Amino acid sequence: MPVNRPVGLLAEFADADDLVRAVRELRAAGFEQLEAFSPYPLPEAAEALGYSRAAVPAVMFIGGLVGGCAAFFMQYWTMGLNYPLNIGGRPLNSWPAFIPITFELTILTSALCGFLGLIAMCGLPRYHHPLFNVDRFNSASRDRFFLFIKAADPAFDSTALSELLKRLDPIGLEEVPE
Amino acid sequence: MVSPAEHEATFPPPRPSAVLTGDHDLGEVTDRVLAVVTEPKVPATWWLVFGLAGLLLTVFLYAVGYLLIVGVGIWGIHIPVAWGFAIVNFVWWIGIGHAGTLISAILLLLHQKWRTSINRFAEAMTLFAVACAGLFPLLHLGRSWFFYWLFPYPNTLGIWPQFRSPLVWDVFAVSTYFSVSLVFWYLGMLPDLAALRDRATGRLGRVTYGLFALGWRNSVAHWWRFEKAYVLLAGLATPLVLSVHTVVSFDFAVAIVPGWHSTVFPPYFVAGAIYSGFAMVLVLAIPLRSLYGLHDFVTERHLNNCAKLMLASGMIVAYGYFIELVMAVYLQNPQELATQHHRYFGTSGVMQWAVIVCNVIVPQALWSPWVRKNPVWLFGVSLFVLVGMWLERWVIVIGSLQRDYLPSSYGEFRATAWDWAFLAGSLGLFFVLFCLFLRYLPMMSVFELRDLLPRSQGGQDGSSLKVTPCP
Repeated sequence: MPVNRPVGLLAEFADADDLVRAVRELRAAGFEQLEAFSPYPLPEAAEALGYSRAAVPAVMFIGGLVGGCAAFFMQYWTMGLNYPLNIGGRPLNSWPAFIPITFELTILTSALCGFLGLIAMCGLPRYHHPLFNVDRFNSASRDRFFLFIKAADPAFDSTALSELLKRLDPIGLEEVPE
Repeated sequence: MVSPAEHEATFPPPRPSAVLTGDHDLGEVTDRVLAVVTEPKVPATWWLVFGLAGLLLTVFLYAVGYLLIVGVGIWGIHIPVAWGFAIVNFVWWIGIGHAGTLISAILLLLHQKWRTSINRFAEAMTLFAVACAGLFPLLHLGRSWFFYWLFPYPNTLGIWPQFRSPLVWDVFAVSTYFSVSLVFWYLGMLPDLAALRDRATGRLGRVTYGLFALGWRNSVAHWWRFEKAYVLLAGLATPLVLSVHTVVSFDFAVAIVPGWHSTVFPPYFVAGAIYSGFAMVLVLAIPLRSLYGLHDFVTERHLNNCAKLMLASGMIVAYGYFIELVMAVYLQNPQELATQHHRYFGTSGVMQWAVIVCNVIVPQALWSPWVRKNPVWLFGVSLFVLVGMWLERWVIVIGSLQRDYLPSSYGEFRATAWDWAFLAGSLGLFFVLFCLFLRYLPMMSVFELRDLLPRSQGGQDGSSLKVTPCP
């Protein structure tokens, strides 16, 4: 592979509707290796890109379940088995008193799993990315919408792409260097 | 196939009444809010507040140093009033810390789009208030350096914290609340940190913001997961915010001291927390919008809504005062009656009447729409509420301890200068942190503001429900 082969093409759009349309048309033409960028959440584009269900809720649920059970058994084990203290003849497994900490730790583990899971599933933290080499890309966090067509896409070098792009008429088109 | 215009006519997009005023577009709204951070010039008022707060923080650090060397005897606490200002300040600060998460989580779940302009700095306020709150029980420990004994860790003595004790519940509740609020705040800030990275001119800014932005690049794939996680975190934070002050109230309600041992405490404490929290939000928001000229983003509607929520929670607090009296009379428990009598007509009765004035009488002004929309008046009422809520905690904590069951254990409390130094110092800590936040972090959630703009200006019309018609 030549050294300076671009990793893909970056098309810039002024409008969310243009971006969503471009994603739909490219997907219809069989492109798979697409990534879209928008200055605010754009569920329509996510749908057009074919993202189905995010795994974040499952991670949070399992994290919370495990954390909650661990919290309860930590209290049960320490208070009831490891160092039993008879206070006023109350049962050693005084479960109602263990509920507040169980609840708090359920929330804590679930939230931490959600955060860490989200970061990991997004492939972050990642300090650098080839897209950051494109100066215009900075405005993805301001007011511009971008579509990144990866060179890894089998249809990348086809004439269909240049024709499609001509029709979609992005306001900017750049090669993304490695 | 329908054309976009036809589609629009058949399914008009939900158009919330304007949350933002003025004519802004995506780029302008971004530049406008981030300019506070990217502008090299800092308003003189910022320096003034930062300087004063820094002075108070110095007092605080000195006081903490002295406390660690000499011990808690420098405070006015003794027997029977062994819980003094430290606990009053703790409950007060943690109460203030409730509005942030309430605004960001509960209002998010209720689709209250107006929260967007104020949620970020309210969350920051929460974090800093909880940080201030968390210090007080640690300082109150006496030997603060053994604070880690509160956590269950395997130790050579083979003992554990007593998990049946509300004081241990408190440790978990407050630390969980701080951690979850931090995660929620940081996650919501990631896209804006990335925007600051993209805008930074110097290398230091680019690298620092770049590291904290974790490589966020506004990918639709990121947004898509982000939105799921953010809503779920809000769902988790909602019961959490209600549980924290409930657990704090258990510190009192589970004990048998007259004036504490009451089932009304959890809801009454939560309402009081929200009350003081909204008061602090207004005390911060009103000067902020003038200082940075953000009237288009923090509008009269925001002030009005916060004032309404403050009034509503204030009425619940007033009901709490009333029900405490009713319960004492209804139960005819002599000790409870004596405590309530002492509260209103005893040696520190003036405090309780001040509470009634600050928390019940003055806020009635909020029934008037004119007051709710007048920043100066609203600021004044909010200050009354903040003072009133501090006094209320004084009455509950110290006032109740002054009269235990036995006349032989009656006692009074006299605050020392150190007590006041810690209260003032914690305000210094809070405002120093808040000033640094204003200077270095985006104080409004910029990506949510962009989302809120009408479509004609490039946003999503305050709603992501609108479906883009098929081409």
